[in-house]
Amino acid sequence: MKTTLSPSANAYAAFSAPWAGLLLRRLVQVVALSMLIGTLCFFMVRALPGDLATRIAAGRYGYDLVSNAAADAVRAELGLDHPAGLALLYWWRDMATFNLGQSLVSQRPVWEEVAHHLGATLHLSAAALAVAFAVGLPAGLWAGLHPRGWVDRATWLAAVALRAMPPFLLSVLLILVVAVQWGFLPAGGGESQASVVLPAITLGLGLAAGLARVARAAMREVVQSPFFEFARTKGLSDVQALVRHGLRNAAVPVTAYLGVQALFLVEGALVVETIFAWPGIGHALVHAVFGRDIPVVQGTALCMGLMFVVFNLLVDAACLALDPRHSRKVAR
Amino acid sequence: MTCMTTLSAIPKALTRRRALQAPVAALASCALPAASAQGAPPSSAPAPLQIVGPWEISGLAPASSGHVFTRMQVTETLLDAADDGQPRPALAQRWRRSADGLVWQFELRAGARFHDGTPVTAPAVVRSLQAAQVAPALLSQAPIESITAPDVGTVLIRLQRPHTALPALLAHSSTMVLAPASYGADGKVRSIIGSGPYRIAVLVPPQQVETVVFDGYDGPRPAIAAVRYLAASRAETRALMAESGQADLAYGLDPASLRRLRRHAQTPAAARRAQVRIESVTLPRTVIVKHNAGLPALRDVRVRHALSLAIDRRGIAHALMGDETLAATQLLPPTLGAWHNPHLSPLRHDPQAAAQLLQAAGWQRSGDGLRDPAGQPLQLVIRTFLDRPELQLIATALQEQWRLAGIAVKVSIGNSGDVPLGHRDGSLQLALAARNYANVPDPTGTLAGDFSPTGGDWGAMGWHSDAVVQALHALMRTNPSPERARALRATVTQALQTELPVIPVAWYRQHVAVGQRLAGVTLDPLERSYRLTAMEWNAA
Repeated sequence: MKTTLSPSANAYAAFSAPWAGLLLRRLVQVVALSMLIGTLCFFMVRALPGDLATRIAAGRYGYDLVSNAAADAVRAELGLDHPAGLALLYWWRDMATFNLGQSLVSQRPVWEEVAHHLGATLHLSAAALAVAFAVGLPAGLWAGLHPRGWVDRATWLAAVALRAMPPFLLSVLLILVVAVQWGFLPAGGGESQASVVLPAITLGLGLAAGLARVARAAMREVVQSPFFEFARTKGLSDVQALVRHGLRNAAVPVTAYLGVQALFLVEGALVVETIFAWPGIGHALVHAVFGRDIPVVQGTALCMGLMFVVFNLLVDAACLALDPRHSRKVAR
Repeated sequence: MTCMTTLSAIPKALTRRRALQAPVAALASCALPAASAQGAPPSSAPAPLQIVGPWEISGLAPASSGHVFTRMQVTETLLDAADDGQPRPALAQRWRRSADGLVWQFELRAGARFHDGTPVTAPAVVRSLQAAQVAPALLSQAPIESITAPDVGTVLIRLQRPHTALPALLAHSSTMVLAPASYGADGKVRSIIGSGPYRIAVLVPPQQVETVVFDGYDGPRPAIAAVRYLAASRAETRALMAESGQADLAYGLDPASLRRLRRHAQTPAAARRAQVRIESVTLPRTVIVKHNAGLPALRDVRVRHALSLAIDRRGIAHALMGDETLAATQLLPPTLGAWHNPHLSPLRHDPQAAAQLLQAAGWQRSGDGLRDPAGQPLQLVIRTFLDRPELQLIATALQEQWRLAGIAVKVSIGNSGDVPLGHRDGSLQLALAARNYANVPDPTGTLAGDFSPTGGDWGAMGWHSDAVVQALHALMRTNPSPERARALRATVTQALQTELPVIPVAWYRQHVAVGQRLAGVTLDPLERSYRLTAMEWNAA
């Protein structure tokens, strides 16, 4: 007789089992993913064309000073003549002690570099998500409630246009209009609070486009479902039915969609961060690849992978919290 | 019944709702400060001078990022250089050289202090200079016997043999002088404590530096109180930051942005937007085609001259660098006064002469280009890199101009390190680079490296001339009379013009977008300083 349990115990029983399973699964995933990403990055960077020491020297000293003498000094300092396998073994050993090593270019601890960039990327991603929610959700929900209305058509058009537009084009257009023509916001950099607005809008609008269409479809499905019909038959007003039975049901596919879109955020960040000179992790990764800074490539790729896992974990958790059917099924 | 169900549902619904509300609230709070910051009232002091450039702070080692800190006038070198490269006092107020040229003595400025309050002493200078003797720092090129501090205000450098370029090397940013407290226990630089008129307030590698005026500086107090530097890797971003008024000085403009900024400045309709003007200075930097003269095709000087004659330098300079006077008539530009030789017959564009030379060298025109008597086509690969925005464009222009001459050239865009690497392993055929002949203010050392008997990473490959080597050697080691020095330089420039061990394409002009509120802006042709101390805010 589970129904006789107190609400809190009931909630605990319903939550603990799926949560523990979820966390354990993700933890194993994280460890496996970290080793895999680090190892893959190592081999990928080593396999890239060009001499490692020369590239690192170019990254350190710039094109005016890069020379074979500089490359030789770098090679001797970093022991790049040693077999590649040895360097990988060292990296595995360091990983076991949560040490990401030292940047080959800047010679600072990778952790320091990555933490700075990761903070900036998280800030940008959160702001982009906020923009996507603020723009995409209301438009999508309204379109779902009023299909074939002008809002529906307008969001459809806007979604197609925004999804088709590459982020770099949208970035430049936004800078030209908002920063140059209107003189409102900073065009680049990351030093002031307002700097995040334009990159966040660039990333957020792309995300909002998809979000609006998914929210519309989800809302449409809910409105046409028998339970929604029943909610209104039993006497709830449109708004009451929407708030009590509509939104949460529609939220499940929308949340799941966000999980898939994490990739869009990460991928878009590479381009958007570079254009807006935002000190984020995508930007750091690009520079590290150019400079063949293997520990930084490993560190940033690792962080991006972890970001992906954590974001998906949050999405899973949100889906679990939103959809009681799911947790009951797993509990049983 | 209805009432009962609602009540029992409340506690659970609330916890879930709260759980779901939390992330949404967190997201909103991220966006809010950004929105509120826009409305913040401006403070009475002018906002810091904002510089944006392409140069990232890739570590604190002076050889990596010293240029960032010397340009921002945070750190000083022992000597400075005038626009023409002549040495000028900096941390050393006086210096003298022994008659045999082996002992150099530098007297430090008595009032100089580091930003941590300690005086600049000779032992501190010695430590920085010793650290700068490791490659690729340029002081490693000098034949230094010892660097010592006989007393607290004097630095003594003993050489194994005379080296006239020493003052130039001591003006390079990799020899910047840091306080003893800058170094960690392992000898690496941990923080930048210089002795310049500005001190570091915020340093966030790889992109951002903020400085403020240093109260303990022994010179006049600068008018600009605070300066910010931001490294932005895309040229479009830098131009747009200047155009939107966010950046007061934008370095490293791409040709397209430069054209747009100039057009806006000239069009009255866009006058409201034209917040920027363009300042320019010619740099001792030349866009060159480095080539492998050891290749069978390029060993023949006629083919090298044909390659040169096929280049429409004025067209490239006009279309891609915005100024046709930048078309190179010889390797070294007029800014390098002593090294620019007005008596040389200028390089020119003459496709017909090029065709004749190629034919004379045995290359026959066939339907798809030039072939040698054995029927092998004339095909080459030109390497270039992304660090300077116009290089890729010039490479494709050269590709087209050489295609018209019947030479098939493939453009390969990579990393700047690929050029020295290709030089070493012999795989390089052609490379397009912007060579800085005033890495240190006196170009003699750079030229001696580039045209040494074994060639240079950024200079000759598979070519050498004893006359050039001996002339440069004499300039470096002896102290020739002015007439003799002029004759030696003429020998070098004449040989470079007739033999074309590198093919000059265009000279270089640095363009900087300058914001309206800034006055007193002058540009340093040696790229050693932003000259912030000479700037001031416009009264309006």
